[in-house]
Amino acid sequence: MRLLNNVAIFITLAVAYNLINGVCGQLHLGPNAFITLGAYTAALLTMTPAEKTLNFLVTPLYWPLSQATLPFPAALLAGGLVAVAFALLTGFPVFRVRGDYLAIVTLGFGEVVRVLANNLQGVTNGPLGLKGLYPYTNLWWSWGVAVAATAVVAALVNSSYGRALNAIREDETAAKAMGINTFRHLLGAYLLSAFFFGVGGGLLAHLITTISPSLFTFFLTFNLLIIIVVGGLGSTTGAILAAAGFTLAGEWLRIVEEPTAIFGFTIPGIPGMRMVILSLALLLVIIFCRRGLMGRREFSWAGLGRLLRGGLPGSVPGAGRP
Amino acid sequence: MALLHTENLDMRFGGLSALEDLNLAVPAGGLYGLIGPNGAGKTTVFNLISGFLKPTGGRIVWDGEDVTGEPPHRLTDWGIARTFQNIRLFSDLSVLDNVLVGFHCRSHATWGEAVLRLPRYRREELDRRSRGLALLEEVGLAEAADQPAGKLPYGHQRRLEIARALATEPRCLLLDEPAAGLNPQETGDLISFIRGIQERYNLTILVIEHNLRLVMGLCQHLTVLDHGLTIAAGPPADIRKHPEVIRAYLGE
Repeated sequence: MRLLNNVAIFITLAVAYNLINGVCGQLHLGPNAFITLGAYTAALLTMTPAEKTLNFLVTPLYWPLSQATLPFPAALLAGGLVAVAFALLTGFPVFRVRGDYLAIVTLGFGEVVRVLANNLQGVTNGPLGLKGLYPYTNLWWSWGVAVAATAVVAALVNSSYGRALNAIREDETAAKAMGINTFRHLLGAYLLSAFFFGVGGGLLAHLITTISPSLFTFFLTFNLLIIIVVGGLGSTTGAILAAAGFTLAGEWLRIVEEPTAIFGFTIPGIPGMRMVILSLALLLVIIFCRRGLMGRREFSWAGLGRLLRGGLPGSVPGAGRP
Repeated sequence: MALLHTENLDMRFGGLSALEDLNLAVPAGGLYGLIGPNGAGKTTVFNLISGFLKPTGGRIVWDGEDVTGEPPHRLTDWGIARTFQNIRLFSDLSVLDNVLVGFHCRSHATWGEAVLRLPRYRREELDRRSRGLALLEEVGLAEAADQPAGKLPYGHQRRLEIARALATEPRCLLLDEPAAGLNPQETGDLISFIRGIQERYNLTILVIEHNLRLVMGLCQHLTVLDHGLTIAAGPPADIRKHPEVIRAYLGE
């Protein structure tokens, strides 16, 4: 159950991340910041005042937050909106630069949020984190959000705006010459991805019920990056497949760490073995499909039909967008 | 009244003066040429007019309005489109998508309308597609519509770049060395192609070219630049005989 919820949340995050990183081609390294904001906002809004007093032992929570309690959906929405507000604030400096510089600026914002979460004791309870959240996240919520995020992102990517975003990735100078206000388009994609990061963060918080800043380090961003690269940068289908595969593999591979008996031989469990296997799998994917599992192709029924009729391996299974 | 004119346009990069005191007056309709040896500042003129560079002095006036320092996307909105010397297609996008990107700046539907596929967006998208296909038909690329643009032969890429610029519905088209890298046969085709679109769309075309034979045959008026200075301007017949021009091209 928890695993399936996790899969759905990672699909949401990966699809949103793929929009800005794969479709727009901007190496954004700060999703952990938006996920943190969404998680904390949603968590603080669903906790009852009594729970908050129990949690905030060192420094009491500041006033309006200490009393406010919202239903779960409203708290999720608020998490998304707070992430969007932060995106709006950071978008202006972020999109003044491109390429490696953009990566560093976004990485910086990601760290800023984590450090703030660690030190703003009166809001986040610092390194102690928030404990005992009610586990509101169920399959309905996590998969509902995943489906909604996928539908919205896919609709956007397949629209005229999506074409413009693809054009910006291909050649920003030419895109400008085509009359595309590149700043506005990138900001739009950045805000939309931030919203789903925020909502995804809220879901994550209410799934694991205990959050602390150490949960949202750059490592989280890095995992998402691996997911979208393996799936194929720019492919929503790829992001979904890879998010599911990566999350499930992380769990299922736990068996290799337990002692097993094969044909009478007892193989002792080696702790950490699952990460080795996962890394090897990633390596193989990148060596054999240099552009990820899906490249930039998308799933389509027509493509599936061709594949089942025994289309050539390597032929385009997803018609539509290249 | 000139459709596009520049007044004492200056561009310097640090201590280097790339362009000095340029006074162009491009009348509406017709083909206007900008020639000069390598490094004369021709592409700088295009980058200034299309907003990719901000001039260090002087003004650019488009249709009676001062547009100096406006960003490229807004100039495209106002009807100035351009191509690039080294082709800049969206290589991974299909040929049709390249042209459709050109239509995007004329769309009115918002992000929300596009995501929800509301009627206005759907109408615009259908209209874009049919016009995009018609445009490709016209430039002879209809059969390649679904191919990635980067896979087209070189001459076709040039055509596609012009088609993509046409999709932005320009009144003035800036062509930066459209014949670069084409063989004589392709160059001949290109000349009639450019003439054709000029007449059909009633365009004003400003063209940079190295190939003197091409501009002499194509343009009604030429401006010659050398080292950032305007050394001659006039109809091709006069330019051909101009002593300064001969000196710039052939040396003393």
